[in-house]
Amino acid sequence: MTVLTTRVDTRSDEFAANRDAMLAKLDELAAEHAKAVAGGGEKYVERHRKRGKLLARERIELLVDEDSPFLELSPLAAWGTDFAVGASIVTGIGVVEGVECMIIASDPTVKGGTSNPYTLRKSFRAADIAAQNNLPTINLVESGGADLPTQKDIFIPGGRIFRDLTRASAERRPTVALVFGNSTAGGAYLPGMSDYVVMVKERAKVFLGGPPLVKMATGEEADDESLGGADMHARQSGLADYLAVDEQDAIRLGRRIIARLNWRKQGPAPKPDYAEPLADPEDLLGIVPTDLKVPFDPREVIARVVDGSEFDEFKPLYGTSLVTGWADVHGYPVGILANAQGVLFSEESQKAAQFIQLANQTDTPLIFLHNTTGYMVGSKYEQGGIIKHGAQMINAVSNSKVPHISILMGASYGAGHYGMCGRAYDPRFLFAWPSAKSAVMGAQQLAGVLSLVARAAAESRGTPYDEDQDAAMRAMVEQQIEAESMPMFLSGLLYDDGIIDPRDTRTVLGMCLSVIHNAPVKGADGFGVFRM
Amino acid sequence: MLVANRGEIARRVFRSCRALGLSTVAVHSDADADLPHVREADAAIRLPGNTPAETYLRPELIIEAARAAGADAVHPGYGFLAENAEFARAVVDAGLTWIGPSPEAIAAMGSKVRAKRLMAEADVPVLPELDPASVTADDLPVLVKASAGGGGRGMRVVSDLSALPDAIAAAQAEAGSAFGDSTVFCEHYLTSGRHIEVQILADRHGTVWAVGERECSIQRRHQKVVEEAPSPLVDAVLRAELFEAARAAAKAIGYVGAGTVEFLAAERDGRVEFFFLEMNTRLQVEHPVTEATTGLDLVAWQLRIARGERLPAEPPATRGHAIEVRLYAEDPAKDWQPQSGTLHRLSVPDAVEFTNPGEAGLRLDSGFAGGERIGVHYDPMIAKLVAVAPTRHEAATRLAGALARAQIHGVTTNRDLLVRVLRHPAFLAGETDTAFFTKHDLATLATPLAGPEVRDLSALAAALADAAENRRAARVLGRLPSGWRTVPSQPQRKVYTDGERDIEVTYRWGRHGLTDLPEWAAGRGVEAVSAEPHRVVLIVDGVRRTFSVARYPDGLVCVDSPLGSVSLRRRPRFAEPEHAAPHGSLLAPMPGSVLRVAVAVGERVKAGQPLLWLEAMKMEHQISAPGDGVVTELHVAPGEQVDVGTTLAVVQEDEQGGTDA
Repeated sequence: MTVLTTRVDTRSDEFAANRDAMLAKLDELAAEHAKAVAGGGEKYVERHRKRGKLLARERIELLVDEDSPFLELSPLAAWGTDFAVGASIVTGIGVVEGVECMIIASDPTVKGGTSNPYTLRKSFRAADIAAQNNLPTINLVESGGADLPTQKDIFIPGGRIFRDLTRASAERRPTVALVFGNSTAGGAYLPGMSDYVVMVKERAKVFLGGPPLVKMATGEEADDESLGGADMHARQSGLADYLAVDEQDAIRLGRRIIARLNWRKQGPAPKPDYAEPLADPEDLLGIVPTDLKVPFDPREVIARVVDGSEFDEFKPLYGTSLVTGWADVHGYPVGILANAQGVLFSEESQKAAQFIQLANQTDTPLIFLHNTTGYMVGSKYEQGGIIKHGAQMINAVSNSKVPHISILMGASYGAGHYGMCGRAYDPRFLFAWPSAKSAVMGAQQLAGVLSLVARAAAESRGTPYDEDQDAAMRAMVEQQIEAESMPMFLSGLLYDDGIIDPRDTRTVLGMCLSVIHNAPVKGADGFGVFRM
Repeated sequence: MLVANRGEIARRVFRSCRALGLSTVAVHSDADADLPHVREADAAIRLPGNTPAETYLRPELIIEAARAAGADAVHPGYGFLAENAEFARAVVDAGLTWIGPSPEAIAAMGSKVRAKRLMAEADVPVLPELDPASVTADDLPVLVKASAGGGGRGMRVVSDLSALPDAIAAAQAEAGSAFGDSTVFCEHYLTSGRHIEVQILADRHGTVWAVGERECSIQRRHQKVVEEAPSPLVDAVLRAELFEAARAAAKAIGYVGAGTVEFLAAERDGRVEFFFLEMNTRLQVEHPVTEATTGLDLVAWQLRIARGERLPAEPPATRGHAIEVRLYAEDPAKDWQPQSGTLHRLSVPDAVEFTNPGEAGLRLDSGFAGGERIGVHYDPMIAKLVAVAPTRHEAATRLAGALARAQIHGVTTNRDLLVRVLRHPAFLAGETDTAFFTKHDLATLATPLAGPEVRDLSALAAALADAAENRRAARVLGRLPSGWRTVPSQPQRKVYTDGERDIEVTYRWGRHGLTDLPEWAAGRGVEAVSAEPHRVVLIVDGVRRTFSVARYPDGLVCVDSPLGSVSLRRRPRFAEPEHAAPHGSLLAPMPGSVLRVAVAVGERVKAGQPLLWLEAMKMEHQISAPGDGVVTELHVAPGEQVDVGTTLAVVQEDEQGGTDA
């Protein structure tokens, strides 16, 4: 057992500058989160309330256990697009009657809670998390259906929503629909495919076709209530299992349904007693340098995240640009891979591959702390087999079966993003710090590469190279790539599960690990560990 | 030793029995089966039923119990059969030792009419008895009193001649039902007298001690609430006169054992006059104050005297001052309405139980240990708390402080009133008299010690403690920060009901402490130092305050702090729709038993029409229709026991008469 000691000088100017920069980014983040919380804006919120209805987040707050934590997912979905920040839906993991559940609530104040392509991506991501981590799902339904102008992007892929629901049921992951309002046409299959359905009296409306459509199709004149009222579904069609007298009652019934699921987590329980980190998590604000080219020691982060700041480092003298080792987070054992000097060399790659295999031998979840500029380039390294060695690391991470969680602290560039279990490598969760940046390479390098290529092309054509145009091109590209590397932009595209305050890292990891343990935690088998 | 009684007095007698090496036998009604006096006794005998008439007032059952358990002596305690001469005789006839005076002495004092004549003959000053038939306006006000019994039962004050016949009839009825003897008499009523009594101990060898006097002037409904020794009114001269009169009274009837001669004293023309009221031929409730100032164990002396032992020639000298308060399960603000419920906790810091605390300290005599139900069948007294100190002022402040700090959870009590009395300038000045609650504005005295601001703060402390308890009890993620959010959108909310008022508390644990507090808390700069499930430390207006929080079933949350004790009820997050009382429900206003039901389901009723009657503490309460309509539900039948809030009946009111209440 090794207790990490800290070398961070919290009184240094550098620390203060780092901290100020991080706090400024957190302020910007809070402003963007506020947009998601504001939903459709004051006017629509007011109208919704006047109807005696609760807002999406109020429904969630009432649904989850009092004083329990709630991990909201993808809050900045659709950031940087024409759609509202948050994508007219709230998703997250909350505790209901002691059971960790995926909660999905449409936000009726944003265009009537209609779905756009980002709504869909956010729903899919929530469904994936529920599936991978074996979570019951509770849908808080009140949606006008598809955002019709975007139907081409959602109609065909959107079918997955209903497929996922019934597959969840097949995998014995319960699904509950609490219907607060409209859930019509295709949306009718949301309750239709759920295990348990609660409808709010005189509010829920669930039908395939509303009065005008029915009139057009068959000439029948029917009203909302007889076509799809909650009372009708509870007494006649049987689509509703429970009739709630109001919204509060629907949420109460939803909680009772979860309480009776006899839910048992399949992963091992955490250690009951553990110590908080010895080093102050508050310092995490000042550890990441404002310039990502300056590396920082990830042990300073680990010391502020793991139980008792205890970290048993593996291969500390080999491949020192990648720190690997064992620790506990909120009582759960984990293996940690953290970039130390940015660049991944052959040694680091092989060390990572070996460490990942070891974690699989012991069914230990892995945490990846990203701050990498990618695998080393250059003839010496190519000749040394950097591609092979990087491939070993990517192979190990791809075929590892233990749960992975990625935290993007700083840079996450190039194939290093892949090797460190980037989004495409299906980590169970991926969160970014506001200081993170992710792209095929740094903006400056990318602009520089483009410039070199253009210059070479001009030379081969024998035409003079326009230096002014080159400078303009480089500036423009640099600016574009820089913007597209920013965490909010990537969060908007659902490439992460959210941007978090670095000080929350331990809490986020603790929650994710607990959630992960709803499913069995089992490493890959079939081979012994390759010593590399 | 079988104690033919219950609760604190049974425990009190057992304590002395154990000290003297005697084995103990308890008797108990069904409702009392789990009380401490039953648990503590070496053996216990069930008296089937619950009402006193079925149980503790059944001489034959008690004598049978003594035989069955092998007891050879019976102590009656106070109340119930303690002054029942026939019972005493039956005990003696059964070959058992009776801890008390002879049946003849009991009988002589049992009839108050007869007792007064006896005392007059022995030159003990008495108030002249008035013939109810010849009372005139000049005699007013008069007191109508039951000749048998005591404890304020069957007593009526009449200040208007026209009310006299009714008062006599009511007193007769009450005396008849309580004591089996409906004889009543009248005497002049001193509106603001002082109740002073002398403790007597007499052995079988002619020694009669006047051990000391007690003053018990502060009374409600003719029942004592605060008692003390010595009396602040009594000087050495008066004391000598009182003692002489008391000894004369005892000697006149050949009294043996412990007894009390009660006097009414009043100042007239600058000197104090006193009159014989009655003699209680038993141990008094308030005997601990005499024990505290004399160092005697009166119960032990009762037992020694019964064994034939001699008293020393002179009683011990008295020292210091002792004050006792009776803690009742009652609501002084609601006409002293008796309260029922589960007494979850009764804890008085630094008090010793049933034992003289020495020259300074606290003594607690209680029939309950915490966790027991306070029912409707018996006297609502929960405990007696006694403070002893070198001076009266110190005894009063010590007692007030201990009461204020006591943890009394589950039932409404007169605690805060007692504290206000003990801290009242008039009380501290020794100006105690029987009209204390009339002279000093009962409404003010009955105001809770914790004002609205303290109640709000207590609700905040309750919310934070409840939050900590929620975290502690969480099945998953229990050690993550309380109410943690990646994207905060609103605070946590908890609502507590404080009597008629709802207190909503909002809060959020931010990274650096509490945020999103209600305005009143934010305005007072409230910060949390720590919040644990049972203890919350807040900084309020720059002052550190500690609140202790206890929670019980049904959402009861009790918050105690030096600022005052507050009982709150947690409003559940979700109303169970089936639990909401239907419109037009008639709920029981107090615990009691259903006397009569005058209507049936389906019957049409008019507004104000009596539907049924409840009896609580010997008083009838009528439940009437709230408006014109039809009785749609009826949930109770005569004889049934009901708690506060029980739905008795539902009246579906006619449309136009309907209200939104």
